[in-house]
Amino acid sequence: MVQSFQVQVLRWCAVVALVALASVSPAGVQKPPVVAAAASMNAALTAIAAQFEQARGRHVDLVFGASGALTRQIRDGAPFEVFLAADDTFPQQLTGAGLTRDAGVVYAIGRLALFAPTGSPLTVDAGLAGLASLVRDGRVTRFAIANPEVAPYGQAAEAVLRRHGLWDAMRPRIVLGDSVAQAAQFATTGNAVGGLVAWSVAVAPAMAGRGTSVVIPASDHPPIRHRMVLLKRAGAAAAEFYAYLQTPAARAILKSSGFEVPE
Amino acid sequence: MDWTALGVSLRLGVATLIVLLPIGLWLGHLLATRSFPGKALIEALITVPLVLPPTVLGFYLLVTFGARSPLGQAFASIAGHALPFSFAGLLLASAIANLPFVVQPIQRAFEAIPSGVRDAAACCGLSPWQRFFQIDLPLAWPGVLTAAMLAFAHTLGEFGVVLMVGGNLPGETRTLSIAIYDRMQAFDDRGAGVMAATLLVVAVGTLMLTTTLAGRTTRRG
Repeated sequence: MVQSFQVQVLRWCAVVALVALASVSPAGVQKPPVVAAAASMNAALTAIAAQFEQARGRHVDLVFGASGALTRQIRDGAPFEVFLAADDTFPQQLTGAGLTRDAGVVYAIGRLALFAPTGSPLTVDAGLAGLASLVRDGRVTRFAIANPEVAPYGQAAEAVLRRHGLWDAMRPRIVLGDSVAQAAQFATTGNAVGGLVAWSVAVAPAMAGRGTSVVIPASDHPPIRHRMVLLKRAGAAAAEFYAYLQTPAARAILKSSGFEVPE
Repeated sequence: MDWTALGVSLRLGVATLIVLLPIGLWLGHLLATRSFPGKALIEALITVPLVLPPTVLGFYLLVTFGARSPLGQAFASIAGHALPFSFAGLLLASAIANLPFVVQPIQRAFEAIPSGVRDAAACCGLSPWQRFFQIDLPLAWPGVLTAAMLAFAHTLGEFGVVLMVGGNLPGETRTLSIAIYDRMQAFDDRGAGVMAATLLVVAVGTLMLTTTLAGRTTRRG
């Protein structure tokens, strides 16, 4: 008798759970396309999307993260329609896996910046002389870069530090952000003397007044070629946004947001 | 303030309760009233989300239901979308993560009922359903209430697993806790601050409500 009672309760629970799961399935409403973009694109793409909405009357949802993390999510089935990476290789991986319409286009060239928060002992210069002297004096508490494994700007930062012979000495002092945005977060708030972040993040309006920065010569690291791809699942609105990103209006915003724009 | 994200969080909290309360009542009642081989293993499995990091749950969900797994592809062909990076995927993750928060208080509440009470009810001719709804449930009510409130509040605070399997989609998987992280990354400290304060107030309110309601029902009982 008790046995059958347990079975009955189990059945009852299963029915309720099924009904609940079914009731949360999307009701087929037309949702705006979701655009996934490298963290370094935050300020620029937000501005471009606002202008796109004004010009074309269409809204796109934006999701930011490290290019590597977003690539992983796309491979696991994330419903993004456009992907703006901060390098070449992550979009190429997706193209190789058959998840994109074509090989995409390089839409921007990123630059790296040395950033020091207000009050930091670090003086910023393009040759990293100020950082090298801090390292010699043992005064580097923490130094922030993005995780080179998932963030192209982290790879560039590592290349710059290696080029200046600072990598080995600084390695124990380096804090890794999940993305270049988090690296900048650490550089401004985390008891760090500074960090190597995207120039586009250092000049973003939200960073105004938080410290000083200087752009690193492009010859000090491999080029940061931002490639974007239209993903297989992309609809008409996503394709229109993808095309809009290549118009002079969008390119002007990229130029004023800390990027170089390829011809 | 991201009202859409607050909406997603609240919907997720309520949906988690709808899914978990029946399961919790059944499992709690089963574990409190019966002993059977393998009971220790079941109890360990229910409790394990408490001690494992959310990354473990996130990892297994992505490996099991990701677009590259056969199970994930089967789900996607039926539902039309992948289970991770959808509200249903978050709900599954949330239900697993909250299982101990629901089952344990309910189990303790059922255990606190002397077995003589149930036997007496059976002798009086009450069917198992009648015993459950007229004897067990009213007596265990404070425990059930605590379980519901804990699971609801804990769902609002869920972060790690949502970050891993959610994908930060507005209106779908961008919960308030993810939106706070998102605003921080965009250096919008003001936006993050407003949402953090909202979450704090809702959480404290929920917990206060729990204590008050549980206290009141206990005194009455």
